[in-house]
Amino acid sequence: MRSFSEIDTIAKRATKGVGFDWGVAEEVGKNIRLLEMFGLPGLKNLNQYFKNIKQKEFKNLTLISKENISKIPYCPIIAGTSFLDQINSANEQKEIKIENMGFPILLLPFLSRASEVIGKRIFLSIDDKDFLLNFNQSIYSNYFSGDILEKGRSIKIKFLENINSFTEKDWQELYKLSENTFVEETEELKKSAAGAGLTDND
Amino acid sequence: MNVELRDPNIIMKLSRLGSFHQSRLSFLRSFLSEFKDWKYNRDLFDLDEQGFGRAVYSFSKNKRIYSLVCFANKINDEERSDRVIATKWDAAFVLHDGIPTKMDIDRLSENVPKQEVGRMSYKELTLSRANKSVRIFNHVVESLAEGKQPNIQKLSKVGYLYRTTAVYGSGKFGLADRFRIKNREEIYGPFRLEMMLVYLVRQFTFDQVNHIAKNKNPKKAVKLDYEICRNLGIGNSTGLGMAPFIVNHPALLNNWVLARETALKNIREIKKIKNKDAKIFTDCLKKSLKNVTSWSTDSEFQKNKIISLISDLNKFLNYLEKDFSFEKEFAFNEIYLWIEKNLGDECIEYIVSMMMEPYDEVIEPLIVKMSAEEDKFFNIPSEKNISELREILENKYSEILKIDFSKKESNQNFWFISKNKEEPRLSNRYFEKGSELEQPLAIARDISKLYSRIANMKNSMKVGRFLLENNDLRHVVRRVFITNLFPYAEIQDNTIGSNLMPIDMLRFKLSFFGAIKFDPRSDKWLRICMFQGAPLPKDLKSFDDHWVYNSLN
Repeated sequence: MRSFSEIDTIAKRATKGVGFDWGVAEEVGKNIRLLEMFGLPGLKNLNQYFKNIKQKEFKNLTLISKENISKIPYCPIIAGTSFLDQINSANEQKEIKIENMGFPILLLPFLSRASEVIGKRIFLSIDDKDFLLNFNQSIYSNYFSGDILEKGRSIKIKFLENINSFTEKDWQELYKLSENTFVEETEELKKSAAGAGLTDND
Repeated sequence: MNVELRDPNIIMKLSRLGSFHQSRLSFLRSFLSEFKDWKYNRDLFDLDEQGFGRAVYSFSKNKRIYSLVCFANKINDEERSDRVIATKWDAAFVLHDGIPTKMDIDRLSENVPKQEVGRMSYKELTLSRANKSVRIFNHVVESLAEGKQPNIQKLSKVGYLYRTTAVYGSGKFGLADRFRIKNREEIYGPFRLEMMLVYLVRQFTFDQVNHIAKNKNPKKAVKLDYEICRNLGIGNSTGLGMAPFIVNHPALLNNWVLARETALKNIREIKKIKNKDAKIFTDCLKKSLKNVTSWSTDSEFQKNKIISLISDLNKFLNYLEKDFSFEKEFAFNEIYLWIEKNLGDECIEYIVSMMMEPYDEVIEPLIVKMSAEEDKFFNIPSEKNISELREILENKYSEILKIDFSKKESNQNFWFISKNKEEPRLSNRYFEKGSELEQPLAIARDISKLYSRIANMKNSMKVGRFLLENNDLRHVVRRVFITNLFPYAEIQDNTIGSNLMPIDMLRFKLSFFGAIKFDPRSDKWLRICMFQGAPLPKDLKSFDDHWVYNSLN
């Protein structure tokens, strides 16, 4: 088995080897390591992308807008790097659409890291595949095949507000159960058990 | 009294870093302190009459066990090489996490002797190989077999029976990634498991010579004397492979140097020096003179360094005896101010190391801060603007910005990865091909480029916007923001200039390992010795913390 450290190094060197800048290659090294740690097929998508890059043209998406459309597929590495660099302005949009993204799995770790930077979950859909990116701590998805995804026709990126997944009723019901761990205080205990003074006015 | 930390613009110059010496912060010393109450055992010793075969040594405590698996192999003299490009070695070693099963040992026997072309698993932690110092090894075996101890003078010239040529860890060749083990308290200090491997290899070398001698002459052979063993270490032959490490790990570099600088600051701030602490300092200093005068090297560069060190040390001892008293308040501060004024870099750093000897309470809390969670600082804060970037460059890189990169000599060298061994190398860009494949290690040049490129950019422009069209400088933009957080993260020098001495980078790192006897064989590689004078495993429970200076050699 290859270690994650080896995966990081080879992805970084290969990215430089096909012509990207060193700083971008560093990002890709970390990203492929991240994908593989999350159990997603980073290395083989990267390998296939670099095979395609020799024959096909990919467009650089540098300035991220609300809707990004291109006839030529976007390069996921440049699009991802730009997304991460512009995350604070991108975050002001509620949703970003990208049509025609090459090898969209390679975009995913940039978004996962962006989720950590802005402290918000990001919901990503690549056609019929959904990914919930949780602050770069985990990825929840319905994509299990581990196949290479050569193209994402429609990419939607939503920034999710920090709201709870449960209702106030759920909370109160659990709170009631948690009260079973508390001790009813006598008047005497109220005076002596806290250890602090009885008045803040002294 | 508040003493300032020393200025990174001075301390982080390569010539100063290349003058650092081992200290109580060094990794091999902190390893011994950490593992002093672990149980040592030789679990397997299955060598043939000539000393070839397998052995296993372990350290254990509670439910944690680390096992060194050794493979001693027969190789021909012409196959023995110190170069990293070698493919065969006298012995190969791996540190296994837990107790290796028979199946593990069989699997490892297929892979460990192959080193870089073998494959390890996540159950292995560090990997190494070593060659015999043939003249010393054979002399020791012959002597022991004849029933006598070897010639100490011969031994002291070299200082070891074996020397390693590489010690790998952190995920190399399939070894366990650091994240799998980083939360273990016993390895909070850097390179702990690399140090454990080298330490156990040292014991293997003693057991092996005794075993061969005994088999050679069962009736007459004697064991290698305990004191002689204690005064032998393990050699190491180190080339350029180690140099880029300190450029590639800025946060870690900072934490090593910051620990040293904080220790010095805290010691200079001690008002009243206790008699016992003053005595430890002067005793260690005097004893260490014997070590320094025993360093043997053919390198003119190192010979001159040693001569100036000895001369400065004598000057300092003279000052201590005639013009100084530890009765004064803030005595170590006074010493420091005097040495800065009167001595060269080599001796200043030597005495700084020595000042740490009495102060366990200063050193201990710093040791656990010498690792780094580097990934935390990887993302570029793209919301910052150009004026902030410029300010950091002007404040943190002022020395680097003085270098004139329009001059040919400022750009003379380039760092690259060799195709045949995948190891870092350095070459002259004006004579050799390949500079278009240069590694991103010319930090000073690229920082200088970055500064020029933002010269006419709007102050309010966001760094993220700047990077859209300037990704060729992305690697240094990342560094600038790391350096802003960590004062000692950057070498304040040119790593590609004509006057670069790569050996300074090696010596710096080796000093933190705890190496002694620096013996440069050129400006690009050197031999050193580790654990010379260190307690043997059976003595670990109680040993003198200042063992480094008790060496007979």
